Amino acid sequence: MANMAQAIRMALHYGESEMGVKDIFGQDVGAPLGGVFTATQGLKNAWNTPLDERGIIGVAMGIAMAGDRCVAEIQFCDYIFNTIDLLKIAGNTLWCTNGQIQLPMVVMTPVGAGIRGSVYHSHSVDSWASRLAGWKVVMPSNPLDAYGLLLSAIEDPNPVLYLKPKALMRVRGEDLIPGEPESEKDLKAMIDAPIGDRSKWKARWPELSKYQVPIGQGKITREGDRMTVVSYGRHLLLCNEVADKLREEGIAVEVIDLRSIYPYDWQMISASVRKTGRVLFVNEDTEVTNFAEHLAYRTTQELFYELMAKPRVLAGKHLPGIGLHASLEDASVPQKHEIEQQIRECLAEVP
Amino acid sequence: MATKSTATSAGSSRGSKRPLKAPAKAAAPSKKAAPSTKIFSGLPKELLLQMHDLMVKSRVLEERLIKIYRAGESYFWIGGPGEEAWGVPLGLLGKKGQGLQHDWWHLHYRCTPTLIALGMEMIDSIRLMMNKVTDPSTGGRNFSNHYCFPQWNVAPVTSPIEVQYPIACGTAHAQKRVKGGGISIVSGGDAGTAEGDFASCLIWSSRQGQELPVLITVQNNRWGISTSYHGQHGESQIADRAKAFGIRSIVVNGNDPVESYLKIQEQMDYIRKTGKPAFIESMVSRLYGHSSASGANRVEGEVDALMDFEKKLLKSGVLKEAAAKEIWAKYEAEGIAAAEQARGEGVPTAESVWDNVYVGSENADWRKF
Ligand SMILES: Cc1ncc(C[n+]2csc(CCOP(=O)(O)OP(=O)(O)O)c2C)c(N)n1
Ligand SMILES: [Mg+2]
Repeated sequence: MANMAQAIRMALHYGESEMGVKDIFGQDVGAPLGGVFTATQGLKNAWNTPLDERGIIGVAMGIAMAGDRCVAEIQFCDYIFNTIDLLKIAGNTLWCTNGQIQLPMVVMTPVGAGIRGSVYHSHSVDSWASRLAGWKVVMPSNPLDAYGLLLSAIEDPNPVLYLKPKALMRVRGEDLIPGEPESEKDLKAMIDAPIGDRSKWKARWPELSKYQVPIGQGKITREGDRMTVVSYGRHLLLCNEVADKLREEGIAVEVIDLRSIYPYDWQMISASVRKTGRVLFVNEDTEVTNFAEHLAYRTTQELFYELMAKPRVLAGKHLPGIGLHASLEDASVPQKHEIEQQIRECLAEVP
Repeated sequence: MATKSTATSAGSSRGSKRPLKAPAKAAAPSKKAAPSTKIFSGLPKELLLQMHDLMVKSRVLEERLIKIYRAGESYFWIGGPGEEAWGVPLGLLGKKGQGLQHDWWHLHYRCTPTLIALGMEMIDSIRLMMNKVTDPSTGGRNFSNHYCFPQWNVAPVTSPIEVQYPIACGTAHAQKRVKGGGISIVSGGDAGTAEGDFASCLIWSSRQGQELPVLITVQNNRWGISTSYHGQHGESQIADRAKAFGIRSIVVNGNDPVESYLKIQEQMDYIRKTGKPAFIESMVSRLYGHSSASGANRVEGEVDALMDFEKKLLKSGVLKEAAAKEIWAKYEAEGIAAAEQARGEGVPTAESVWDNVYVGSENADWRKF
């Protein structure tokens, strides 16, 4: 089974060979490294940029404006913040021109904690991104979705921010990507760059086919009727694990992988909450003015009389950074035991 | 070379389709045309008159916009009166059209002269000024001079200063891979060059072996709102910064349309031939201050390039007094009529705020997901 980095690489290969992606660029994105998480190894249209995030976003906007498809990368989302007004402009260009200028561009960036990345390799940007009107924002939690969401992002005529949960880049999924060889070894031999001299190496791509996850569509990863848990990215897997544990106790928790942060699948959330009457939203961006607060707010506004307990948000602490020591990181972003505790508390609430 | 007064362009309100080539050397002039060719470096009379005509049109339009502001028919004015001698030749020299074969324009909020030279009608600028739904650039969503004309590759003008510089590298990158591709032209002010995006453009356009076909320009009016040139800059000319990147770089007197025309042409030819970037710092005037926020009053002591040019044209006999008057009067009347027409046109509706957030006006309102 491919890991997420390989899945992204295959999606980009499909993008450049079948969907007209002419440029895949960012810091260390081209040969020989092929990206700090190896997600761009072996791609014919991948190239290295100057170490200039604003330049990267600006150039992506120009390429898109000129009518070409591109995928740009910001090496870590911790370094995307100095581009925020360019991102705003990319998001408002269609609107400001009253529909005249489209920017079909994808910006991908690794997000989140979980790799002991300390202060500047652990940030999240999903809540910030949710405020960038005009952008679509997605975050996969497994390799197949990573593949399918990236193809949808490439095809979308709007700017799409593609968030890569960095702690999941080496995690394998449960489903083959259409065209992927059965054996992990074979895949590795075909598309992973060798250690050492790579100057003569070329990827041997499998015969991939088009598989898309529509933007705006969530997925129920665990069915249940007692409570709803909504998450995405790295924390989705933690939520699944907690749900599995509770299931052994006979507690059926429904888990929704939102997959798209904007536009988000409200129909799926509301149908589930109508059924369960209880909901917890989980993500690791900081908690004050968190995207999950919007979802919780909407839940109280639209589903108040269906609720058996107050909607809950479990997010990162409102801290200026994530400390390197494990005890600091773990105290800063939601942990599995906290998810479990929140669920149990929510279930214990009596209206 | 045309030596007889044709005076045709005086009546033309549109920019030329193809730039007129300045002769490498002034051709041996006939007796009659001698004064004009000498003073005007051999530029054809037809072109001189065309530039004058467009400069007047642009000036009259900007002054009309200011009047519209003063009449309370618009919230804000910002624009480019004083930059005609630079902006008109720039617009005339571009390869006008849509798509990668043509030039891309990444302009700022003082570029009415360039748009007029490209062929923008007065009324479309006025519609923008009056935030009418008929405004072709923004549909009533943005400030005056924030133009967007996809049919001529005019990228949307945005308020944040300098962001257009790295975007220009993106269109240039796309143009470069097309055979016979156009170039990208970017403009901005002097004070804005302090932003990192300006440096981004120098860096991205000049990478060895990966140079980009960009004409990087700065219109130096010696002010950034109230910040004087010397209040910000240690370098004596901004153009010097480009030299450090190996970019062919010059300073031009942007108050002289003839010098502007010839120097822009030279730099453009170089870019089209080599695929490499070139830089122009053009020294210009700011005739009505920064914007309506500072009153939009006529500023004393600034060179008025249009009046200087007109004087020269009159003195040399290229332009006749009566013809000049006629041009001013024609555009004055056109401006009044255009404002009158725009005044009666519709405004955007409240519901339309949700239009074009996403392509095809896909639902952007979370309440409706
Ligand atoms: C990023 C950004 N910062 C501040 C402003 C506010 N602002 C608008 S114009 C301007 C001065 C720009 O001066 P200059 O670049 O010389 O251009 P000029 O207006 O003189 O043509 C400022 C500070 C802005 N629009 N964008
Ligand atoms: Mg200035």
